[in-house]
Amino acid sequence: MSHAPVMPVEAPAVLEWPEAVKAEVAEAISHYPVKRSAVLPLLWIAQRTWGWLPPAAMQLVARTLELNEPEVFGVATFYTMFNLQPVGRHHLQVCMTLSCSLMGADRLFKHLEHKLGIGHGETTADGRFTLRRVECLAACGGGPCMQVGLDYYEDLDETKVDAILEKLK
Amino acid sequence: MSRGLLLFKDIDTPGLTGIETYRKLGGYESLAGTLGHKTPDECIEIVKSSGLRGRGGAGFPTGLKWSFVPKNSPKPKYIVCNADESEPGTFKDRELMVLNPHLLVEGMILSGYAIGANAGYIYFRGEFAYVQAIVDKAIAEARAAGLLGDNVFGSGFPFELYTHLGAGAYICGEETALLSSLEGYRGQPRLKPPFPAVEGLYACPTVVNNVETIMNVPHILKNGGQWYKQWGTEKSCGTKVLSVSGPVKRPGNYEIPLGLPLRTLIESPEYCGGMRDGLKVKGVIPGGSSVPVIPASQIDAGLDYESMNAVGTFLGSGGVIVIDDQTCMVDALWNLIRFYRHESCGKCTPCREGTYWMGEILERLEKGEGREGDVDLLLDVANNIFGKSFCALGDAAAMPVQGMLKHFREEFEYHVKHKRCMVNRRRQAVMEVTA
Ligand SMILES: Cc1cc2nc3c(=O)[nH]c(=O)nc-3n(C[C@H](O)[C@H](O)[C@H](O)COP(=O)(O)O)c2cc1C
Ligand code: SF4
Ligand code: FES
Repeated sequence: MSHAPVMPVEAPAVLEWPEAVKAEVAEAISHYPVKRSAVLPLLWIAQRTWGWLPPAAMQLVARTLELNEPEVFGVATFYTMFNLQPVGRHHLQVCMTLSCSLMGADRLFKHLEHKLGIGHGETTADGRFTLRRVECLAACGGGPCMQVGLDYYEDLDETKVDAILEKLK
Repeated sequence: MSRGLLLFKDIDTPGLTGIETYRKLGGYESLAGTLGHKTPDECIEIVKSSGLRGRGGAGFPTGLKWSFVPKNSPKPKYIVCNADESEPGTFKDRELMVLNPHLLVEGMILSGYAIGANAGYIYFRGEFAYVQAIVDKAIAEARAAGLLGDNVFGSGFPFELYTHLGAGAYICGEETALLSSLEGYRGQPRLKPPFPAVEGLYACPTVVNNVETIMNVPHILKNGGQWYKQWGTEKSCGTKVLSVSGPVKRPGNYEIPLGLPLRTLIESPEYCGGMRDGLKVKGVIPGGSSVPVIPASQIDAGLDYESMNAVGTFLGSGGVIVIDDQTCMVDALWNLIRFYRHESCGKCTPCREGTYWMGEILERLEKGEGREGDVDLLLDVANNIFGKSFCALGDAAAMPVQGMLKHFREEFEYHVKHKRCMVNRRRQAVMEVTA
């Protein structure tokens, strides 16, 4: 699995779309009769490009779509999947909702906390993992489960999760 | 072995995500047989006659919803597919789309044709980025084959289909919030009426349908309304995909004829095969986390809209959460209310404040700090959210509380009196982790 390089907290004050994503940005905008609709797609492209959404990235989205910055900021903060702070290279999102909880999610989460030495919302010192409790991932029949980047991991237990962490460098 | 009657019948065929295999199995025949052969009105009549009802939760008759779209409006019309799948306990749309994306594409073109739309959007929850990629690939294949674009199948009907990725918010599954989100606003619900069929996306007539609903459309238009009624009951026609989770032997998606007894789904070796580890059923939440729980004594009820209503609950989205006898209901309900508290969009007071207070009371109860009168207070808060909130999320947060207190009140009273759970295997398991 590939992962985006994570931009450091001291992000530049002004960002521009890199050449490599310009076509994707234009394509996204072309899907809607109203430019504003492209705000989520553009925020996603920005997050993929820089690993998180520094203020300069939100300003760039606002400039591109001719919106006010606070509007884009208001949208970005409404949703849980936009990272307004840098996250680790691997973002472990463990489902804690009922079906997964019935199958041992709480125990699994505690195991991860112990193993990584971090709690909910924290990142390991080496920047490798961020750990987070999340709500239902629509994989309830495979609980407990977690999402890391784009990938789903289901039917987890302590042994399986340890093996997965090994592979995520 | 086939895993289902209709939508799951061929779903495990290798290569089905590719257009060639899909076509070999009869895919896009419905589109070919409809465009240029049936009028949009005829399509609506066929869907009406099938008795198909929305599979996203509310069970509203699909053909009737389509008929609300004004025919002579000068505005463009839109068909929007709700692929947000965010109701806890529900995971059917994900599997349907991952394994058979072309059926969704075909269904979207046909549904668009029926309501007079020339553009469609599929709205995925943010976690489904990889599912979006699978559907995007199917869309690209369909476009290359001339099934999308200015002239679908050479019929003169133009239709474009796009996908849109949300970013984490349960409320965006509610159709008006979904439309706000798709327009680039915060995903907050809008007042109904006007209903989306009249004023939806960009204030234009819009139909929003669930993935499973849309996937039934090609089959129904190809085979007829009467044919679809070979499954189901008189008022709950056809098949339904149920997502079963919790400690059953074989959790997963099962496509059943509507009306199948819940007990058969849980116990039969053909389906879930009973409970694991010697556990027994204590209660079942049959239609996603938002519907009231029913006790084990009622699981002979049929899985159809009417029979579920008769036992005080709903078929909802078909997310069947099986709760075992070693689970504490106070703990289970607290878990669910944390979800609603987290997902309340904050627009209206009863839901925003009510979910907060229900969470506080449940936390007290679960931690053994419950006070005399807390159980009544909890019910009072739920009753004051129910029917008094801006959108259906409020009701969705109140119904789990009302259901639990109707059937399992003694467990809540026990917490007040004894300051602990009657049973709680989940908590015990957590306490075992030390290293
Ligand atoms: C809080 C809330 C969440 C919802 N989530 C979903 C969802 O994830 N998927 C879905 O299809 N419908 C969901 N719905 C129902 C939709 O509002 C709408 O009724 C449905 O998409 C209509 O499609 P259908 O008639 O085909 O079922 C939700 C409703 C509410 C109130
Ligand atoms: S009921 Fe809840 S989710 Fe719906 S508008 Fe009110 S606060 Fe928002
Ligand atoms: S409850 Fe964990 S994926 Fe649904």
